[in-house]
Amino acid sequence: MSAKIVLALLIGSLSASAFANEVNVYSARKEQLIKPLFDTFTAQTGITVNLVTGKDDALLERLRLEGENTPADLLMTADAGRLYRAMDMGLTQPVESETLQQDIPAHLRDPGGQWFGLTARARPIFYVKGKVQPEELSTYEALADPKWKGRICVRSSDNIYNQSLLGSMIAADGAEKAQAWADGFVKNFARPPEGGDRDQIKAAAAGVCDLAIANTYYYGQMLAGNDAAEKAAAEKVAIFWPNQDDRGTHLNISGAAVTKAAQHRDNAVKLLEFLVSDEAQHWYAEANQEYPVKPGVEPGERLKGWGEFKADSLNLSELGRNNAEAVMIMDKAAWK
Amino acid sequence: MEIRPVLWHAVLIGMALLTALPILAVFGYVFVPAPEVWRHLAQTVLPDYLYNTVLLVLGVGFGVLLLGLPAAWLNSMCRFPGQRLFEWALLLPLAMPAYIIAYTYTGMLDFSGPLQSLLRAATGWGYGDYWFPNVRSPGGAILMLSLVLFPYVYLLARAAFLEQSICVLEVSRTLGCNPWQSFFQVALPLARPAIITGLSLALMETLADFGTVQYFGVTTFTTGIFRTWFGLGDHAAASQLAALLLGFVFVLILLERGSRRRARYHHTSSKYSRLPRHRLRGGQAVAAVLACTLPLLLGFVVPVGQLLYWSLSTAAEGLNRDFLQLAGNSLLLAGLAALFALLLALVLGYGKRVRNDPLVNLSARIAAMGYAIPGTVIAIGVLIPFAWADTQLNHFSRRWFDARVGLLLSGTLFTLLFAYNVRFLAVSLQTVEAGLGKIRPTVDNAGRSLGLNAFGVLRTLHLPLMKGTLLTALLLVFVDVLKELPATLILRPFNFNTLAVRAYELASDERLADAGLPALMIVAAGIIPVILLSRSIGKSRAGEQP
Repeated sequence: MSAKIVLALLIGSLSASAFANEVNVYSARKEQLIKPLFDTFTAQTGITVNLVTGKDDALLERLRLEGENTPADLLMTADAGRLYRAMDMGLTQPVESETLQQDIPAHLRDPGGQWFGLTARARPIFYVKGKVQPEELSTYEALADPKWKGRICVRSSDNIYNQSLLGSMIAADGAEKAQAWADGFVKNFARPPEGGDRDQIKAAAAGVCDLAIANTYYYGQMLAGNDAAEKAAAEKVAIFWPNQDDRGTHLNISGAAVTKAAQHRDNAVKLLEFLVSDEAQHWYAEANQEYPVKPGVEPGERLKGWGEFKADSLNLSELGRNNAEAVMIMDKAAWK
Repeated sequence: MEIRPVLWHAVLIGMALLTALPILAVFGYVFVPAPEVWRHLAQTVLPDYLYNTVLLVLGVGFGVLLLGLPAAWLNSMCRFPGQRLFEWALLLPLAMPAYIIAYTYTGMLDFSGPLQSLLRAATGWGYGDYWFPNVRSPGGAILMLSLVLFPYVYLLARAAFLEQSICVLEVSRTLGCNPWQSFFQVALPLARPAIITGLSLALMETLADFGTVQYFGVTTFTTGIFRTWFGLGDHAAASQLAALLLGFVFVLILLERGSRRRARYHHTSSKYSRLPRHRLRGGQAVAAVLACTLPLLLGFVVPVGQLLYWSLSTAAEGLNRDFLQLAGNSLLLAGLAALFALLLALVLGYGKRVRNDPLVNLSARIAAMGYAIPGTVIAIGVLIPFAWADTQLNHFSRRWFDARVGLLLSGTLFTLLFAYNVRFLAVSLQTVEAGLGKIRPTVDNAGRSLGLNAFGVLRTLHLPLMKGTLLTALLLVFVDVLKELPATLILRPFNFNTLAVRAYELASDERLADAGLPALMIVAAGIIPVILLSRSIGKSRAGEQP
C-alpha cells in the first residue's frame, strides 16, 4: 500500500507546471497572516496561489540553490534585510509597475524595483509608566548614557530586527560611533538578552527593567490577544517614538520580490499589485497590527491611538548593506 | 560466484556514500579560507560557543544517565507499586519536542510567569529582592534537554538489562557479589554498548539542538553556525564551525571505541528463565517510586498540563478539518521515513557484519553523523547535490528536447524523506547494530554451514531474533520525524504542512498560547508508537511469555 501512496505523492508534487494559471510563493510571513488574502486574490482573478512558508534565511538558501530552476515566483520576507540579501545574491528581478511605484513610498521599496515593502512596523522604545517620564527619553543614541545602567531589556543580537536597527545607526552615525554606542548600550542591559520581543515588554512590566525595545506589532498583538496576563503587561508600558528631532524612529517592513527565475512573472506582479490595493492593505496591516505602506490607507484604531510619528526615511537597502558589519559590531560589544 | 559479492559490495558503498553526500556537500566549503572571519570569531564569540557547548554536553550526559539508568534497572529487576505503569510511561517524554518543553517551562517559571508573580504577590518582593533559578540559562537548557532525552538511555539500557541472562547475574552472586556489586561489576559492563548508544544519541541530539538554546539565549556551536552562515553571510567559516563540531563527535566516538579495546559483548549463555523480580518494600519502594515519578512528572505531565491549559483557550478556533490534514501529513511522513531508515540501517548494519570493509565502515560512520548536525544544515546539504542534479537534468533536456523539466528532485517529498534519512540514520543504524552485536557470530556460522546464504541467515535467523530491536529502530525514527522541524520547514513541497510546522509558525510569532494545540497534537501522535515500543521491549526477552 505504501508504495502506491508514495508514487501518488511524488507524481502529485511534480505536477505543478509552468502552464497552469498559478503563482508560486516562498513566504517567511506566516501562513495565517497571508493565506486569507491569497484566497481573496484567487476568488477575484482565478489565479491559484501555491505556498511554502519557512524561516527567511532558509527559504533564501533554498531559492539560491534551486537557481534558475526554482518554481518560486515571489519571495516574501518579514524584513528588508533579507530582501536586500536576495537582491544581492542576484535572485530577484526588477519590476516596473506604476501601481506599485505610486502606492509604495520610495524609501520602502528598492529604487530599481527589485523589491517592495508591503507593511511597515516601527521599533520604538517602550517605557514603564510611572517609572520613567517620557521627557527623560530622546534618541536611540541616548540609551548608551550611563543613567540607564541596568535598566534596559532587549533581545539577542541574533535577531534581524536588532541587526537592522544597528544597521540604521551605522548609516546615520558611522561605524565608529555605532560601535561606541553598542559598547555603552550593552553595559546598560538589565540582564543578558533572552526571549523574544514580547518577553522584553513582559520583563519591563514585571519590574526587571524600565525600558524595552520591541517591534510595534508585538505590542499590538499583546493588547489584542486573549492572554489576560500579556494584556495586563502591555498596559503597564507606553510607546516612546525616539529621534523625532532628527532622522525619525527606526522602521522596517515586510515585503516581497519577484524572483529572477519566475515562470509566472505576470501573475506575481498581479499579486503584488493586489496586495497594495486599499482593501488588501487594510486587512494585511490589521491582521498583524502593522502600518499599511500605502499613503491614505488608515492604520487600525489601536495603532491610530499610539499617535503619529516621524519615521526614519533611510532607504531600507542600507540595512541590508550594513548587516554583516552590524553583526560584527554586536559581537565586539558582547551583545549576546 | 565472484560477481555477486562485488555487486553487493558496490551497493553497500553506494548507499553509504549517497547518505553521506549531504554532509560532505556542506563540508565542500571547508577548504575555502576565511581567516578574517575566524580572527573575528576567535576574538569575540568562539570561547563562549566552546564553553557553552562543552557545558551542555557534560550536563546533559550526566542528566540523562542520572534520570535514565536507575529507572531502567528498577524497571527490569524489581517490583514496586506502579511499576507496570512506569515501565511504559517513562518513555513518554520522548514524544515531547525539546523546544516545546522549553516554551512551557518558560511560560511557567519566567520572571513574569504565574509562579513568580504569585510569589511576589504573596511576599511583596520586587525584582532583585529574591533568588529564583532562571530557566533561560545554560542550566535550564541542560535540564530541558535531559528531561526529554533521558528516555534514550532508559530505553536502551532497559532492553539490555532485560536481554541479559539471569544466569550470569546468579553466577556473580554465587561468587560472592552483593546486589550492588553484581550490578556494577556484571550487569552494567554487559549493558555498556547499549548505554553508550543511548547516551550518544542523547548527546548528538543535544549538539544538533537549535530551538531550545536559541530560545534560551545560550550561544553554542549550533547557534554560531547559523549566525555565521546567515548573519555574517560567510558559508566557509560556518561550515568550518560545523566541521569542528563534528570533529568533537568523532573524537568522542573514537575514545569510546578505544576504551572498549578488544572486549566483545555477546551473551555467553543462552539459558533464559523468567526474571525473578525483586519485590521492594517500605523505604526502598518509596525511593523507587520517586526515582520513576520525578522524570515522568517533570518531563511529561507538567509540560503537557501547561499545553492543555493553553489549548483550552484556543481549541474552539484552532480545531478544524485543517488539523486532521496536518496530523495525516505528519503521520505519513514519519511512517515512510521510519521504514526507509530501517531498511537502510539493516542493509548497512548487516553489510558491515558480513564484510568488514573500511570504505563501507567510514561512509556509514559519516552518514550516521547526521544526527549531530542541525536539521537546517542537513537540509542545505541535501539541496546542494539535488539542485545540482536538477540543473544538469535541465541542461540536458534543453539541449536535446528544448524543454524545461523544472525541479524533479528538490522540492518534492522524496527530498524530504531523503533528508530525514540522513538526519536520523544514526538512530536506526545504532539500534540495529546493537541488536546484531548481541547475536553471536557462531549463529551465522551455524546457519551458513547448514546451507543458508548471507541473506538467508539474516531472514531466518537474525530478523526473528531481533524483532524487538527492529521495532525499536522503527518507532524511534518515527517519533523523531514527527518532532522534526527545520528540515521539514525548508524542504517541503508547496501547500504541504505538518503539525510541527504549524506549531512553529505560531510559536515563532511569540503566540505561545496558540501554539499549544498543535504542540499537544504532536505529543499525542507520538504517544501511541511510544506505548507500542514499550510493549515490544517487554516481550522481546527470550523465555518471557507475553
